[in-house]
Order: sequence, then C-alpha cells, then structure tokens
Amino acid sequence: MTDFWILLTGSLVAACCAILGVFLVLRKMALVGDAISHSVLPGIAIAFLLSGTRDSAFMLIGAAVLGLVTVFLIQLFHQSGVQSDASIGIVFTALFAVGVILISLNARQVDLDLDCVLYGEIAYTHWNTISLLGIDTIPKAVWMLGFTLLLITAVIFLFYKQFKLCAFDPALAAAVGIPVALFHYLLMGLVSMATVSSFESVGAILVVGMLIIPPATAYLLTEKLGVMIGLSVVTGIVSTFIGYYAAVVLDASIAGCMVTAALALFVLAFLFSPSQGVIARYVSRRKAALRHTAS
Amino acid sequence: MLNDFLAILRDPNAQWIMIGCMLLGLSSGMIGCFAYLRKQSLMGDTLAHAALPGICIAFMLTGAKSILLFMVGAGLAGIAATFGISWITRYSKLKSDAAMGIVLTGFFGIGIVLLTQIQHSGSGNQSGLDKFLFGQAASMIGSDVRTMLIVSLFLTLACWLLFKELKLVSFDPGFARGLGYPVVFLDQLLMFFMVIAVVIGIQAVGVVLVAALLITPAVSARYWTDRLGVMLVLAGVFGALSGAVGTLLSASAPNMPTGPLTVLAAALLFSISLLAGPSKGLIAKRLQHLRARREHLAERRAGAAPSREVRG
Repeated sequence: MTDFWILLTGSLVAACCAILGVFLVLRKMALVGDAISHSVLPGIAIAFLLSGTRDSAFMLIGAAVLGLVTVFLIQLFHQSGVQSDASIGIVFTALFAVGVILISLNARQVDLDLDCVLYGEIAYTHWNTISLLGIDTIPKAVWMLGFTLLLITAVIFLFYKQFKLCAFDPALAAAVGIPVALFHYLLMGLVSMATVSSFESVGAILVVGMLIIPPATAYLLTEKLGVMIGLSVVTGIVSTFIGYYAAVVLDASIAGCMVTAALALFVLAFLFSPSQGVIARYVSRRKAALRHTAS
Repeated sequence: MLNDFLAILRDPNAQWIMIGCMLLGLSSGMIGCFAYLRKQSLMGDTLAHAALPGICIAFMLTGAKSILLFMVGAGLAGIAATFGISWITRYSKLKSDAAMGIVLTGFFGIGIVLLTQIQHSGSGNQSGLDKFLFGQAASMIGSDVRTMLIVSLFLTLACWLLFKELKLVSFDPGFARGLGYPVVFLDQLLMFFMVIAVVIGIQAVGVVLVAALLITPAVSARYWTDRLGVMLVLAGVFGALSGAVGTLLSASAPNMPTGPLTVLAAALLFSISLLAGPSKGLIAKRLQHLRARREHLAERRAGAAPSREVRG
C-alpha cells in the first residue's frame, strides 16, 4: 500500500507540474517557476505563524499570495531597468532568505523542517492521513494534490484558447482583447498552488524539476500544444515510476531519483527524438549531403 | 547596542567569520559585475546547484572534507553544466532559460541522490556535508578563512590584471574576436572564476542563496555609475558591507543564520540603490519626469499665450 500512495502522490505532482510547465517553457519563463517554488517559503512560514496550525488551506493562500508578489516584484524591477534574469535572482533569493530567517527565529514553535522544504520526504506521505468525506485512509497530500490538479485542469480546460494564444503570441492576444496580464498572474497563481501542495511531500526540488524537464522533453517530441501537454504528463508520470523503483534499488532519495529519471528521459528525447533529435538531424543532414553529391 | 557589536568584534571567532563573509562578498560582487553585463546572472544559481554532485563525488572518492577538493569537484561539475547548457541550446529548439532549468534541477537531483547514498552508506565523517545546502558560516574556522583569503585575493588580482580583456569581452565579444582576443578562452575563464566564487560562497550561505551574492551587489552598483571600473569597486564594497552586516546581526541574536541575513542586507542595499541612485534611481527618474513636465508646460504656456490673444 505504501508503494501505491507514494506513486500516486508522485504522479499527481508530476501531472500538476507538467501541465503548467508546458506554458512556462513556451513563454520562456522556465526560471520564473524555479523562483516561485523558492519564494513561497516566507508565505508558508507567515501563514503558519498567523494561523498556528499546519492547516493546508492557510498555507495554500499564503503561498499563492507570495507567488503573485514574486511575479509582481520581478516585473517591477524589470520595468525599472534591471535585466529580467537578474531581477528573478534578486527577488527569489531575498524572499527565500526572509523565509529561512522567519523559520529559524521561530524554530521552537514552527514544526517546519528546512530540509523537508527543499527535498521533501515523500516516503512518509502515507502516514499523514486525514479524514474527509468519511474516508480516512487517503493521505492528506493526495487530497491536496488531487484538488490542485482538478483546479488546474478546470482552469486550463476553460481558458485553453486564451492560454494558448498568450503562450505563443502575447502581442496578438493583447490585440484581440485577451487580458494577457490577468492570465499571466492566473498561471503564476496556479504554479504557486502546485508548489505549495507538493512541497510537504516532495520538496521544492522535485517541483522545479517536474515543472521544467518533462515539458522540455515533450517540446522536443511534438509541435502541437495539446499533444505536448499529454506527452508532458505521461513523461512526468513515467519518470515518477522509474525514479521510485530506482530509489528502492539504490536506497537513495526518492525525489532526487525521480528528477534524475526525468533528466534521463530528457536526454533520450534530446538524442533520439524522431523530428528534433540530435541523431535524426544528423541523419537528415547526411542524407541531404549525399543527395547533393549524387546530383 | 553599539557595545554589543564592539564586543562581538573583539571575539576572535566572530572576527574570522566576519572577515570570511566580507571577503566572500567582495570577490563575488566583483565577478558578478561581469556576469550581469554578460546577461548570465542566473548562471551563478545554476553553477551552485550543479556543484552539489561534484562535491558529493569528490567526497565519495576521497572520503575527505577539504574545501580544496570540493572546489575541484564543483569546478568539474560546473564545467559539465556549462557544456550541457550550450549543447541543449545549440542542438535543440529549447531556449537558454529552459536549458538552465533542466541542467540546474537535473544536476541537483543527481546531487541529492548521491548525498542520500553517502548518508545511508553510513561511513563516518559525512556529517556536515548536508550543511552545504544551507551553508553554515558559523562553523568557519581559521583555515577555511585562510583558503577564502587566498581565493578572494586571487579573484581580485585576476579581475584587476585581466580588466581590459574581460571588459571588452563583456561589452562586445564580436569586436574582441576581431581584435584577436581569445574570446572562447576568456569566456571559459570567467565561468571558472564564477565557479570558484560559488564554491567558497556555498560554504557560507548555502546553495540557494549563493546566487544572491553574485547578482544583488552587481545590480545595486549598476545604479550608481556607468563606468565598469567604478562598478566593480562599488559591487565589491556592497558585497563586503552586506557580509559584515549579516555577520554582526547574526552574532547579536540567537538562532539567526548568517547567510540569509547577508542576503537580506544585500537586498536592502539594492532597494536603496533602486530608489536613490543618481539618474537611474526611481526618485531621480521621477524628479526628472516632473522637471520635464514643468518645462514642457511652461513652454506651452509661453507658446500658447500669443495664440489666445489672436483668437481673442
């Protein structure tokens, strides 16, 4: 049963992140996802200090607010003349520092483990169950991630056309009257929600990995957005499974193995993708050269 | 309050830590300037994360915790990461941000796997390896500071000696190539300097926050000057100042980590620069805007008056 819950939690994280990551990679904002996943830390700490419980609803709200603050600050500094990557770096390190200080100051009361935030402990998820709707065997993380996944799917499904246009051509989207800024913040809010609902079980590292690597893998395999989202989710889930069993064999960190597995899948796609891969390109170049010499 | 600080300054242990943090701020601030001008600010973050597997492998192979060996391991891992990024951007349609993200998380994931392997293998002497994640300035001792001193002096000297070359490569690599400079070599050299700065930084402030020491002082310095030489000096001073403030604050209260406080001090300096920088700061821009509007209105009034007379 333990295996089942860990695999389910991992797959839910992978699905949430893989869907959102597609839009981040397409908008060339992969590192904004990285920044958000670090800078939600003070939001979680503040929500905890204010509410005094590890109630997930408060943490979700706190993290979502901080995620939006991050995006807003990055935008603000960028507009006042700082290069965009430097403004990302300034904002997330400063906010992460605030989070670490808040947690260290209240180390006695705060039952938050810094190590846990960074690389999580997915192996313990199945012990942390809560009773909801009369069912009490389902882990808390699965409830939260399931809810987040439902929300993400609903929002993306409802506004698919808008998100698609914003991802590929923000200028055109603005010209046809889509509130681009609103959808930008909506996406970022979803990213922060995905981060916080996974941080307790899998840690920031797996979130960032799943946000960037599976979508990038899918990006190399297809040119259709719908297919890309599907492939990205499948790649994420497959790397969850490979990672988990590798971790069991190697006796190492589960989250770390999942990211490593995702990286391995990316390398495979990078080399062997039928249309974009290094080898396919080499072969087609050779063929073209042969044809050239033959004619 | 002041007496507290003076008492801290007299404590030899705190002196070491403070000197270490200041040197660290100084050298990474200077290197960060070149990174910022080359639009590679987040490279520091990537290199810091990529250093973890290098450090772990160095430890696994030798079983020793020496900062020099870690530097070699992290340096090799950093070089591998740089190659990874350039391969991904060259041979696929992915852009540099995604490439950096992939390499950063992928390497860090491998690092975490290795780290847990080391911890589970139960070989003694591994305790403290995980301190690299968050850094622990308080555990720095005399020999660490001496290593940092040598490394910082080396970095400062290298920046000074190679100033002209690095400046040209940062502003106009094409022109530098035309003049016959070894651009690729200088590129790699700069990356190597960044790796060194990151590795000594990781020990003090940890993997996540070390990027801030490279980015924040350099960006702050950019607000005060348009000259690269002045910018380097200012960034060094800002970095050293944040290191000093961070150490003092963390020593004056219990349970206060040095690294995050140093980063916050740097962020505070950045906010001040953002607001008060002459000509580029927000206040200066606002004043300039108001002045321009007043002049424009005055001009319009002067120009509009006769026309009204004509109409009347």
